[in-house]
Amino acid sequence: MPVLRTVQPTWRKRTTTAHLVLWGGWLALAALFAWCWREMTKNTIWAFVWDAPEQAADLGARMFPPRWSYMERLWWPLWDTLNIATLGTILGILIAVPIAFCAARNTTPSVYFVRPVALFVIVASRSINSLIWALLLVAIIGPGLLAGIVAIGLRSIGFVAKLLYEAIEEIDHGQVEAITATGATSAQIIDYAIVPQVLPAFFGISVFRWDINIRESTILGLVGAGGIGLQLQASLSTLAWPQVTLIFVVILATVVVSEWVSAKVRGAIT
Amino acid sequence: MLTVENLTKIYKTGDRALKDVSFTVQAGQVVGLIGPSGAGKSTLIRCVNRLVEPTSGKIRLDDRELTRLSGAALRSARRRIGMIFQEFALVERLTVMENVLSGRLGYVPFWRSFTRRFPQTDIDMAFALLERVGLSDQADKRADALSGGQRQRVGIARALEQDPELLLVDEPTASLDPKTSRQIMRLIGEICAERNLPAIINIHDVVLAQAFTARIIGLRAGEVVFDGEPDQLTDKVLTTIYGEEDWNAMRRGAEEDSRDNQEAAERMAGLV
Repeated sequence: MPVLRTVQPTWRKRTTTAHLVLWGGWLALAALFAWCWREMTKNTIWAFVWDAPEQAADLGARMFPPRWSYMERLWWPLWDTLNIATLGTILGILIAVPIAFCAARNTTPSVYFVRPVALFVIVASRSINSLIWALLLVAIIGPGLLAGIVAIGLRSIGFVAKLLYEAIEEIDHGQVEAITATGATSAQIIDYAIVPQVLPAFFGISVFRWDINIRESTILGLVGAGGIGLQLQASLSTLAWPQVTLIFVVILATVVVSEWVSAKVRGAIT
Repeated sequence: MLTVENLTKIYKTGDRALKDVSFTVQAGQVVGLIGPSGAGKSTLIRCVNRLVEPTSGKIRLDDRELTRLSGAALRSARRRIGMIFQEFALVERLTVMENVLSGRLGYVPFWRSFTRRFPQTDIDMAFALLERVGLSDQADKRADALSGGQRQRVGIARALEQDPELLLVDEPTASLDPKTSRQIMRLIGEICAERNLPAIINIHDVVLAQAFTARIIGLRAGEVVFDGEPDQLTDKVLTTIYGEEDWNAMRRGAEEDSRDNQEAAERMAGLV
């Protein structure tokens, strides 16, 4: 009988069991999707859904054309909105910078006390949306621009401080060591070795936050915190659709411009 | 004169980086500190200006005990100890002039350094030093616009701007090409001779150390295993410093490379 060498090395990525488990997993996922879909659509009134294109077309027709003459009453609220965003960002940055230095592991005065406090302030500020801050502040300091500015500022603290302290922690330690070796004081070390390294990050973060704040400040008026959102709410509640369209156009244009400015500024810093 | 007595450093991880190291450096003496990676060379020179805190032992510069100082006294001791770094450690986003003037930080109050309004004498000295290291037309360039060799020259100027009594040099040539390395070592040697300035130079390149220093200290696993003149640095001594195995493996590696090259050359010759 001739010798048959049938045992060749074979190779597969997975064992048979692993294959079965994998397919079982996919099946479970498909089943879950089907079940979710059924739950989701249980209370849907399908007549309304089939109706949707007509409704959309109807609303679209009523929204178009925008009422351009309304523009003369939008300039001032628009200016307010820009001011809320800009002043709020400045307020946020002023508070965020010292917090960032307290939160960064390599610059904090105390790892066991100051740092956790700073981190808590950051989390607290970040966990609450600007709109909620505005809602609270309108109740506390009354409706108007000031509530909007403070709301934007409070929300910006966490964002700016978090990104800035991460930038501070990532600096090159060699430069700090070199400046320390010259006999510099702590303040001089921050000025000469740390600030130059985090400055590009700082400008980038600030402009980015300003850009976000322009978008956020457009809706603050919905809760009475001033700006173009007030006009939006007034137009929506009186069903003045052509005015709503115009406000959308104005917001879109503002955001496009702010994005362009922010991209330019960030590109200019190296 | 720098005196190191029974210096020991144990890191928090339990690594004994330095064990009972003692030596003295006379005024104007340039000492090369050689040894394998992890022998404690960097730790040793950082203990001198207290960038690393020694565990025990004494370091004296003239009659001042550096290991006892803290706060303002430590800062005023540091300002007379210039340091030159392996990767230059310039503040990349500041200009060459600001980098050189940062050598005066220990001498000027905060507001002067913050507003960059240094005393005219400091500025004159900075210009003279830039001239000395051959960078007089680069003062307004940003440090990150310079080449490696130029950056190290700025590093040297910054250390000298401190008006130092002692120079600590940590692997000054490790980031440079061979030719620039020799130029930088020559520059450091010349400057030390001009000013009668003592220096400790960490260097892993034995040939450079022999060429440019007057005395060599060999460190192995945190202990001084050689202290003598460059000529006394025989193969046997190098084996003590760098270890038998590594030493032979390095040579064998070099031999194998040359044998392989030879064989390849013969094969190629056969093909033709």
